[in-house]
Amino acid sequence: MMDRVPQEYVFPLDDYIQTGVHWVVDEWRPFFQALRWPIAKVLDVTLDSLVFMPFWGVVAVLLVLGWRLADIRAGITAALSFTVIAFLGLWDEAMISLSILITSVVFCVIVGVPLGILAGRSNMFWAFLRPILDTMQTTPSFVYLVPVVMLFGIGTVPGVIATIIFSMPPIIRLTNLGLRQVPADAIEAGEAFGATEWQTLVRIRMPMAMPSIMAGLNQTLLMALVMSVIISMIGAEGLGLTVLRGIGALDVGLAGIGGLSIVLIAISLDRITQGLGQPRKSAGDRKGFIGRIGRAAQLRRSAA
Amino acid sequence: MTEKLKVEGLYKVYGERPEEAMRLIREGADPDTIREQTGQVAAVIDASFKVDEGEIFTIMGLSGSGKSTLVRCLNRLIEPTRGKIILDGQDILQHSKSEMRATRRRKISMVFQNFALLPHKTVFDNVQLGLSLRGESREHCEKAATDALAQVGLSGWSDRYPDDLSGGMKQRVGLARALASDPDILLMDEPFSALDPLIRDELQRELLKLQREIKKTIIFITHDFQEAVKLSDHLAVMRDGRFVQVGTPQDIVFRPFDTYVKNFSREMDRGRVLTAAMLADAFETVRVAPTARAADAAAALDAAGRPFALVETPSGAVQGYVGRSDLSRTGGTVSDAMNDLSAKLASDEIVGNAYDRFQPNRPVAVVTPDQRVTGLVTADDVLGFLAGKTMPDLRLVAERAPVHAPTPAYQEANP
Repeated sequence: MMDRVPQEYVFPLDDYIQTGVHWVVDEWRPFFQALRWPIAKVLDVTLDSLVFMPFWGVVAVLLVLGWRLADIRAGITAALSFTVIAFLGLWDEAMISLSILITSVVFCVIVGVPLGILAGRSNMFWAFLRPILDTMQTTPSFVYLVPVVMLFGIGTVPGVIATIIFSMPPIIRLTNLGLRQVPADAIEAGEAFGATEWQTLVRIRMPMAMPSIMAGLNQTLLMALVMSVIISMIGAEGLGLTVLRGIGALDVGLAGIGGLSIVLIAISLDRITQGLGQPRKSAGDRKGFIGRIGRAAQLRRSAA
Repeated sequence: MTEKLKVEGLYKVYGERPEEAMRLIREGADPDTIREQTGQVAAVIDASFKVDEGEIFTIMGLSGSGKSTLVRCLNRLIEPTRGKIILDGQDILQHSKSEMRATRRRKISMVFQNFALLPHKTVFDNVQLGLSLRGESREHCEKAATDALAQVGLSGWSDRYPDDLSGGMKQRVGLARALASDPDILLMDEPFSALDPLIRDELQRELLKLQREIKKTIIFITHDFQEAVKLSDHLAVMRDGRFVQVGTPQDIVFRPFDTYVKNFSREMDRGRVLTAAMLADAFETVRVAPTARAADAAAALDAAGRPFALVETPSGAVQGYVGRSDLSRTGGTVSDAMNDLSAKLASDEIVGNAYDRFQPNRPVAVVTPDQRVTGLVTADDVLGFLAGKTMPDLRLVAERAPVHAPTPAYQEANP
């Protein structure tokens, strides 16, 4: 009985891929190394500044950031979460994870938003991009690691690159969606008052798509968090590595506090970025924290 | 009055092959036939009209008549298939993209049915949209926006967002936005249709009041005949992409071109359109001298079939009026039976707004701006006119309001 394809008929795709990747690695090495450079720079600067601050400094920044971008509850949640992490003794690992996240999201926005804008303006480009995004999102996160290791090597920077690729699709999709959902009458009004294409994009389409883009940013951030754990398998540092070490050594306690810290970071960042998606409508809110202080100062001055 | 905008032979055909549709239109096909045969939609067919500076020109039609397409052709939000749109002597269809943009920024602005305000901007920023798009200085933007908001009565609302406002207020913002860039022409695409009747009425009155100050040239689109009649200096009735009739509200109501146009005014209070001048024109005015014998005056009234005569000196100075019954009671001259003429109507006044001036057994004088009395009319005359017993031969405003020469196809379809 022949229940397998004979060996000589098996299509050697694995060999071809290997040959192909080797060729790319050999021929394009300078190009991929060049790609590493800006990412490594941003990562270094972020990590240095996070580590430079005392832990309560970071906590204070998160408190204010959460308050300004969302509400005071988000600020307190974030501040408390990071205080807990500090007292779990995982502060340095958490700061590495945080800088990986920040770096990934920065590059996702820099690359993803313009791609989303192009997709939102051109049906042809969207038709081209869509299957790529589908593939990116259905590919298991593990599978990204293989070509990344081949092209970029191992370590934290290749890990960030894998994270960027993995978490980019939502911001592209939701930028595209947001632009397409802008009501036609708003665009018509702009045109009727003599807006150029660029003015329409910057003053009408983008602001009106902003809640959707911010929802995309939130999703991208959470996907980056997931990936930042998985990249510990290719030698990236951070909380993921703590968990991995815990599993490797069958140290449930270590894996447990690593996991808990990751969950706390996820909750904090989710709360803060969700606030970005809420459009603030009434005049009082819009001025926000700084505005309120400014107004109070003004009142005092006029009273004096 | 100077001519501001002239549209000549404007066509808009939606579809890939407008030439085929244009051929069928020349052969006199109606839009339904064109759609069946070519799949093209002829939305505007041979529209021609002139609009004077400072007047409100209304295009009235039911939904699907092509009026919204037509108004969007005027600022080229929709590109016409053929024709000329001459604004200040220049055909704007020859404009390049950037010239057209400049025209939209400075000369033509627009008010939309569904307001089309930007929800992420404050009322103030919405109002200065046009100004900031054309790159005006901040001071100018702020001043113009403040003035425009004051004009529409929304001064205290600058910092609110459109979602905080009611429909009527939103449309005030829409109007302020259109006024802020100080355009020559205001396109208003069913601006009040989405509002409830009381608010609509209020905004109509305010628009008329505002228009007396700002004197913009306004192209107003509506499906509401009453609104059209109330606001317009001239109006066009549109049906299936064609103009059926162009004229003053009086022309449209009292000299309808066909039953289609007539049906619009059937339900309305025609007194609200009737001017005193039309009434004066419709009835003969008997003029007698104060020194004339009463019997002669009575005979003149009987011959004309009129109840009152105007008493004036041979030099034209009006002294008063006499009634037919007063004359039969006196044997002397007209001056013995004469009464003072106290009730007056200005000749451009709307009779429907002045019913209270009509008293039993007394005439009302129709007076021109230069104080000439052109007629002596009674409540019976008004009733008779409105009932259509007397269809007057109105003088057409010939150069501007020709009863639109209908195409053969139109006549066949509407015998």
